[in-house]
Amino acid sequence: MTTRETFLAEAARRILITDGAFGTEIQNWKLAEADYAGDLGLGHEQKGNNDILALTRPEVPEAIHRAYFEAGADIAETNTFSANRISQADYGAEHLVRAINVESAKLARRVADEFQARDAENGIRRPRFVAGAIGPTNKTLSLSPDVNDPGYREIDWDTLVDVYKEQAAALVEGGVDFILIETVFDTLNAKAGIMAVKQLEAEIGREVPIMLSMTLTDLSGRNLSGHTVEAFWHAVRHARPLTVGLNCSFGATQLRPHVKTLSEIADTLIMVYPNAGLPNELGAYDEMPGTTAGFVQEWALAGQVNVLGGCCGSTPAHIAAIAKAVAGLPPRKLPVLEPVTRLAGLEPFIMAA
Amino acid sequence: MNTQSSARFVNIGERTNVTGSAKFKKLVMAGDYPAAVEVARQQVENGAQVIDVNMDEGLLDAVEAMTTYLKLIAAEPDIARVPVMIDSSKWEVIEAGLKCVSGKPIVNSISMKEGEAPFLEQARKCMAYGAAVVVMAFDETGQADTKQRKVEICKRAYKLLTGIGFPPEDIIFDPNVFAVATGIEEHDRYALDFIEAVEEIRAACPHVHFSGGLSNLSFSFRGNETVRRAMHSVFLYHAIPAGLDMAIVNAGQLDVYDQIDPALREACEDVILMRRPGLGEDGKTATERLIELAESYKGKDAVAEKAAEEWRGWEVTKRLEHALVKGIDAFVVEDTEEARQAAFDRGGRPIEVIEGPLMDGMNVVGDLFGSGKMFLPQVVKSARVMKKAVAHLIPFIEAEKQAGAKAKGRIIMATVKGDVHDIGKNIVGVVLQCNGYEVIDLGVMVPWTRILESANEHQADIIGLSGLITPSLDEMVTVAEEMQRAQMHIPLLIGGATTSKVHTALRIDQAYKGPVIHVLDASRAVGVASQLLSDTQAEGFKSSVALDYQKVREARAGKGQSDLLPIAEARANGYQPDFADKPPAPARPGRHVFADWDLADLVEIFDWTPFFRAWELAGTYPGILQDEVVGESARSLFVDAKAMLDRIVSEKWLTAKAVCAFWPCRRDGDDVILSPGFPAGEEIRLPFLRQQFKKSRGRANFCLADFIDTQDDWLGGFAVGIHGIEPHLERFKAAHDDYSDILLKALADRFAEAFAERLHQHVRTALWGYAPGEQLTNEALIREEYRGIRPAPGYPACPDHSLKPILFDLLKAQENAGIILTESQAMLPTAAVSGFYFAHPESQYFGVARIGRDQLEDYAGRRGMELAVAERWLRPNLD
Repeated sequence: MTTRETFLAEAARRILITDGAFGTEIQNWKLAEADYAGDLGLGHEQKGNNDILALTRPEVPEAIHRAYFEAGADIAETNTFSANRISQADYGAEHLVRAINVESAKLARRVADEFQARDAENGIRRPRFVAGAIGPTNKTLSLSPDVNDPGYREIDWDTLVDVYKEQAAALVEGGVDFILIETVFDTLNAKAGIMAVKQLEAEIGREVPIMLSMTLTDLSGRNLSGHTVEAFWHAVRHARPLTVGLNCSFGATQLRPHVKTLSEIADTLIMVYPNAGLPNELGAYDEMPGTTAGFVQEWALAGQVNVLGGCCGSTPAHIAAIAKAVAGLPPRKLPVLEPVTRLAGLEPFIMAA
Repeated sequence: MNTQSSARFVNIGERTNVTGSAKFKKLVMAGDYPAAVEVARQQVENGAQVIDVNMDEGLLDAVEAMTTYLKLIAAEPDIARVPVMIDSSKWEVIEAGLKCVSGKPIVNSISMKEGEAPFLEQARKCMAYGAAVVVMAFDETGQADTKQRKVEICKRAYKLLTGIGFPPEDIIFDPNVFAVATGIEEHDRYALDFIEAVEEIRAACPHVHFSGGLSNLSFSFRGNETVRRAMHSVFLYHAIPAGLDMAIVNAGQLDVYDQIDPALREACEDVILMRRPGLGEDGKTATERLIELAESYKGKDAVAEKAAEEWRGWEVTKRLEHALVKGIDAFVVEDTEEARQAAFDRGGRPIEVIEGPLMDGMNVVGDLFGSGKMFLPQVVKSARVMKKAVAHLIPFIEAEKQAGAKAKGRIIMATVKGDVHDIGKNIVGVVLQCNGYEVIDLGVMVPWTRILESANEHQADIIGLSGLITPSLDEMVTVAEEMQRAQMHIPLLIGGATTSKVHTALRIDQAYKGPVIHVLDASRAVGVASQLLSDTQAEGFKSSVALDYQKVREARAGKGQSDLLPIAEARANGYQPDFADKPPAPARPGRHVFADWDLADLVEIFDWTPFFRAWELAGTYPGILQDEVVGESARSLFVDAKAMLDRIVSEKWLTAKAVCAFWPCRRDGDDVILSPGFPAGEEIRLPFLRQQFKKSRGRANFCLADFIDTQDDWLGGFAVGIHGIEPHLERFKAAHDDYSDILLKALADRFAEAFAERLHQHVRTALWGYAPGEQLTNEALIREEYRGIRPAPGYPACPDHSLKPILFDLLKAQENAGIILTESQAMLPTAAVSGFYFAHPESQYFGVARIGRDQLEDYAGRRGMELAVAERWLRPNLD
């Protein structure tokens, strides 16, 4: 079976669990500049460059992956949200992009295989997966940063495709099962990410399944580039993604209507990993694990989701609570869509057959 | 009228095309991009559902112009909401465009001009960028001109594309529209070839779409806009049914098919459809006749100009209608003002202009569109004219309100998310405003979040939701659910063509604990709002609506009033059939029991019309499925019903049981005396009621007994019941699935009716056997084109429900068909029909209607019933 088929087979049996936040977990380690910088001899301050820990303190991300698998996760998302040439430029670490991604993928793979093997020894066949996480970068293809020049763009398509392709190639080299294009605030960036993976597939001669996760920036259900969830789905459906869904944005309560919408129109698996509620006045997340789990369980009961997890503010305790809350609940069934033409501007447009 | 985001015929804005618009070209060439962006905005505002962007001009850097322009319109949410068609003959321009478009665009176009390899290479790239694609019917040897070439090339392209996994629904073929009436004989078939090719390709290549550029068609008539417009409209009128789903055409260059000068229309159709090939009786070809005719429309053409002047001379209401139908907004403000003045002068109010001429005009537009004689772009234009007129009237309507008067209440109005129809909502808004309410109109496609936020922010007293398309019904439920979740209490009003009292009661009212009221039309809005916000009436109104919604499934009955004859006079005017024709004795007398009739057999003779009526969808099946207003709802309901029906039959949810019997009888006055044990045994008296209202033109005062002879006659009786529904209803109840609950009940009713029909047929052809050779279609059965009737107790010809126990005893219906009667003579199971068989060929249905005290007293005596009891049973037939 291909990885896609294995994943689909597992997802047909139960609701799968992906992991939770890394940032807050890393904070618990109270790392200092020296921990981040290691002996790489970089000119910039590295504190806050969480992704570089794969090279300087690999036991940190490894321990976090382990904690999430212990909590019941089926999927590890690599700690590579910012491990691209654009974001790493802020730390003067562009030349380390390949190394960070390869190492992050390897260590996640190692922990995933360890858990899978441990289960196998106990006679349990439960595959664990590694999703190579690709963040949106801090540049956008659709919007001008200059209000006086709406036609200006900080970056162009071809450059961004190359940036994504470099990262995706390294993740695949390190052994990830899928490429997760996440926190999509600009739909055109996501389309460039899809193009990068398509080109990579052509180069290495095999399929690299894509997972897509959009993030909403306003409560009416649009991302920063202005697309509704329906329009987003129409714009990216050509990727034949293994999963499509929503992450970050708000808490589960605010995402609820949009999860429902997406689950009705997407003929692929739905993966949702919301924040642990909304941040408090101090910017911290204080939604309790049981509360988050209760919210996402509603989606499971309504048959709207296939993969659940957490984003900002979530902890292994949240993931454990979610896993417990949805254990035994049937996964969402995939709708069969009419073969009609689905176009999109910022809003969807359907041409009847 | 259908402008939702799912469309049959797609209106593509073509003004942002340097090859088609001299104005746009000038702006782009001059680098005036802000003005060029405004062109796109106007296109979208005027109803373009996709905008075509083309920068193919020799003196332009087309890559630069395309990317600059696409990035600029991406920054305009009003424009960027619709998909883009990236239009160029150069692949590098197309690919540059694909890198700037964030949604899912259409590429226009690719073809096999350079061979298969580059064609597939470009198609693969379109897939990787995520774009639908227009494929020109063009191959290595050139553009397809004949039907055969068009079909051949498109089929080949389809096979190649689907072979690499290109989604067939993302293929749009352009089979080339060429100029006709060029004087060259080989060109004569071009338009017809296009239409026929579309039809054939559509059949051979599932899921594809078709597009065409119209301007080529009429190329021979450059400078003669009247003829070109007529040709385009005639062409679309015939090409759309064949499968054309999009065309690049200026909406302003289309005429309403019905309103083209008939002579011109005829000539265009002859040319386009090749209806009169060769030389006609006048020795001319169709092309020659059109060219000759075109002469008379030439220049700024006298006829059109004359017509233009002429309509300006009509009276103002006709002018408004004309402006709406033609989509002309140039004079609408002055005409509206004139109509308002006229209303004012006769003491009327500004609102009357909307309720009168403007609504009348929009109704004409709706009818024309519904019958396929007007196209979507034109409808959108008409709506715009309407809006302009309404906008002109609003200040007058507002001024009419007393100065400084406090608003009677604040109402938030919105067309729900996913729906763009707002004419109805706007009219309701206007009506409310002119009656002193403050209306905050959130516009169209409003998500629930904004509705709730605005309601809170403005401390609204009422929320009003509108929608015209079916999915809006679900969205309204969502809004209601969210209002409940937010623990709101203010009333929620529901309106719009597909909304209904039934849906409101079943789905929306149940989602929200606050008051929910379906407002049938704009005229009721004020009454509803004023009662809801009245200190004294609000509670009573709310509870009466709530009660009404509880009873929503109960049938209603309305009766008229008329003069009554004394019963003796009515009897003297009874019906006298020719008893020489009375039916023979039954072939198989006695009682017949059917324990389990085949359900599939009953489905075949379903009469669907009452099913739709049960859901308050007015119209006759199957026409109702195509109905302009309710068609969409009816279709969706019909699909659900068919799906459930399949399960009912295949999983045998229900069991159809019946009993029927025939008895010797004779007539005694208005009674029929049965002798079930003939020749011995007791006789049973069945009293019937007689029509008492005054008849005209020699019509009789009917009574069922009239159809029975005074000796040696026969009467039948039957009862059918559909059993086994309860466990399924319980299942639906448990799942809070009222929709399925009602659907199943309505279908069970259809089974009962169909069974009654089938059994009656069996009786006529076999059991009683008085019409053994009868051969009737389902339609004929529904029209009751057979001999004999089966009136039921409790129905118009026999309104006394209390005859049922007599009938049931005779049939032993409980024992034989499992049907029992409640104390109010309702049958259980609910899906059941019972009645009498009258076989005389002249027997017919009628309504007893209102009866007098004299007949009531007489009847009570014949029934052996106390007067008060008889009065109770016959209450609906008394004064």
